[in-house]
Amino acid sequence: MTKSLIYSIFFHVIMIGLTILSLPFMVRQPVDLPPIVSVELIQISDKTNIPFAPKARKIIEDTKKKEERVVSEQAPPAAKAKEKPDRIPLPNEKKEKKQIVKKKQNPEEIKPEIRQSSEFEKKEIIDTNQIAALIDKAKEQEFVKQKKNKELTQSSVKNSFASGLTLSEEDALRAQIFGCWSIPLGLPYDKDLLVRIKLQLKKDGTILKSEILDHQRMNKPGQKFYKVLAESALRAVRLCQPLKVPPTGYDKWKDMQLNFNPTEMLKG
Amino acid sequence: MKNFFILLSVFLFIFNKAHSLIEVDITRGNLDPLPIAVSPLHVDVKSEKYENIKIKNLGEDISKIIEKNFKGTGLFNPLKKEAFVQKPDIAHLKPRFEDWRLIKAQALVTGKILIKDGKLKVEFRLWDLTAAKEMTALAFTTTPTNWRRVAHIISDKIYERLTGENGYFDTRIIYVSEKGPKNQRVKKLAIMDQDGANTKYLTLGNELVLTPRFNPTNQMVTYLSYFRNMPRVYLLDIETGTQEVVGNFPGMTFAPRFSPDGKKIIMSFAEDGNSDIYTMDLETRVVERITNHSSIDTSPSFSPDGKFICFNSDRSGLQQIYVMRSDGSNVKRITFGKGIYGTPVWSPRGDLIAFTKVRKGRFYIGVMRVDGTGERLLTENFYQEAPSWSPNGRVLVFYRETKSGSKGEGFSAKLWSIDITGYNERRLNTETDASDPSWSSLLSK
Repeated sequence: MTKSLIYSIFFHVIMIGLTILSLPFMVRQPVDLPPIVSVELIQISDKTNIPFAPKARKIIEDTKKKEERVVSEQAPPAAKAKEKPDRIPLPNEKKEKKQIVKKKQNPEEIKPEIRQSSEFEKKEIIDTNQIAALIDKAKEQEFVKQKKNKELTQSSVKNSFASGLTLSEEDALRAQIFGCWSIPLGLPYDKDLLVRIKLQLKKDGTILKSEILDHQRMNKPGQKFYKVLAESALRAVRLCQPLKVPPTGYDKWKDMQLNFNPTEMLKG
Repeated sequence: MKNFFILLSVFLFIFNKAHSLIEVDITRGNLDPLPIAVSPLHVDVKSEKYENIKIKNLGEDISKIIEKNFKGTGLFNPLKKEAFVQKPDIAHLKPRFEDWRLIKAQALVTGKILIKDGKLKVEFRLWDLTAAKEMTALAFTTTPTNWRRVAHIISDKIYERLTGENGYFDTRIIYVSEKGPKNQRVKKLAIMDQDGANTKYLTLGNELVLTPRFNPTNQMVTYLSYFRNMPRVYLLDIETGTQEVVGNFPGMTFAPRFSPDGKKIIMSFAEDGNSDIYTMDLETRVVERITNHSSIDTSPSFSPDGKFICFNSDRSGLQQIYVMRSDGSNVKRITFGKGIYGTPVWSPRGDLIAFTKVRKGRFYIGVMRVDGTGERLLTENFYQEAPSWSPNGRVLVFYRETKSGSKGEGFSAKLWSIDITGYNERRLNTETDASDPSWSSLLSK
């Protein structure tokens, strides 16, 4: 009896602990994001010049000075957040966040601030609390957006640049495989004949394992063309060994997926 | 708790990574022919003599025919035998893949032949050299005189395995053989294997023969011949040699052609001086009128499903190609380009229509989609026409005449083939001048 009670309490405590711990863990992540802040504030000054220059040059000049200060005050926490080891920043995440912040924050944030500068005293112009609040608000929205975007972009925009290869590295690899792949010319151009091959690579670019992702389709009746194409794609990959992979970042490219689609060639 | 924290972050890390799998789209490749090594077939030492067949060379001869077939497709590049490192008998058992890869081969054909008790036994294997595995293996038994056909059948099987579509090597081409000066041509019906071998003449040449066409389902041929200046449509069974008259038709009769099921003939003839399209049921001999228009409608050809007919007509002024339902309804013009279009033939694959086009005095053979879009002219010359499809819908055979002098000197007519990509145009060897070719379906199905 006591044993089971202890077990129960123990597990309950663990569960409660987990919820308490995991929540801030999840929330802190997005809050820690903003290397963005500095970028966005610099842009404020650029834009504010345009509408308010004739009305309140002095005020704006002052705000500029103070904004610069603000930048220097706010930047350090941002830099720290960047260095946090438990969050491994994916290049595509960073990029997306920056873009979204720019769009979102400029109109919302700049204008109220500038209105303040023209309507109230100079001191109130830099209401850091308000800025921070706005940023936080924007971040929340962004985070939701990013989540959606992630799901979308990672499946539809197959940009390996975003996930580990630079454009030139990707181009080199692609060009290499173009050269090895003899497209079977008898294939019909109007059918869906996408062959996806998953590769596991060694550090030198040779193939440890290759797998056709829809390999069940190969042996179905009426899928002769698919089989021929899949075989030609496998042949190409094997012929091309070792693949031209970057000398570094093995973890990023050791698993790779190649999508062979001959439609463009066959149509031409 | 710290441990848990670490575990959780590790888990998240892995989860993140799984999502960031690098994907690279490969949308281009090379269009070079696939390098293939055809090792001479190994002749079993137990082989017995058979008539005048040279058994020793038979393996080599079969491999040469396979190579020639492949070269003609433009899809394969048979490698030179001098570079081969492994003997045929060993290669057939278990090839040393590294050795064959060294000479840049991607596929390898090996085989073995044995003649025993008056029967020829041939087996072959197709190897994928990069994957180091067998792709297909088959054995045939036949009479030894059939060895050329065996070579063609092997070619078909390999072609099918490597391209995904049916082959066209074990087929024949029927054509009109022409001899003599231009104004006194003797025209006979002739048939040969698709590679030009085994030519046979089917008529004597005392009557004019025109437009032979193969039945797509068997080895029957229909053609037009003049008897006492009256056009007659004949049916000829190639296998048995029996021949029968389908009917006498009035006036100008043109180009009888089989329906896809082989049970009807479609043709055009002129009643009251106006040419229209008719079908004739071969069993009941009932003739049915399909078009009824004051213009000249000729050259009908069925779609492979039998639901549509393409034909040419001058109802718009110039001769153009039209498509209608097989009952004659819903006529639609599909060609609108400059020039005159003629001899439309629906591909056995159903996706294209081949045609002859005349523009500014030049003749073109071309293909287009069945709605008339995507016109591609494959070849241009002084005079060429009558395209006929290979049974897999990949290659066209047609004939081409050269320009002759005022007395007919320098005139010749030859058969040519070209694949639908427009590459790989080549002349077929015929014993005499030749015109009006028609490609048979596969002899072995």
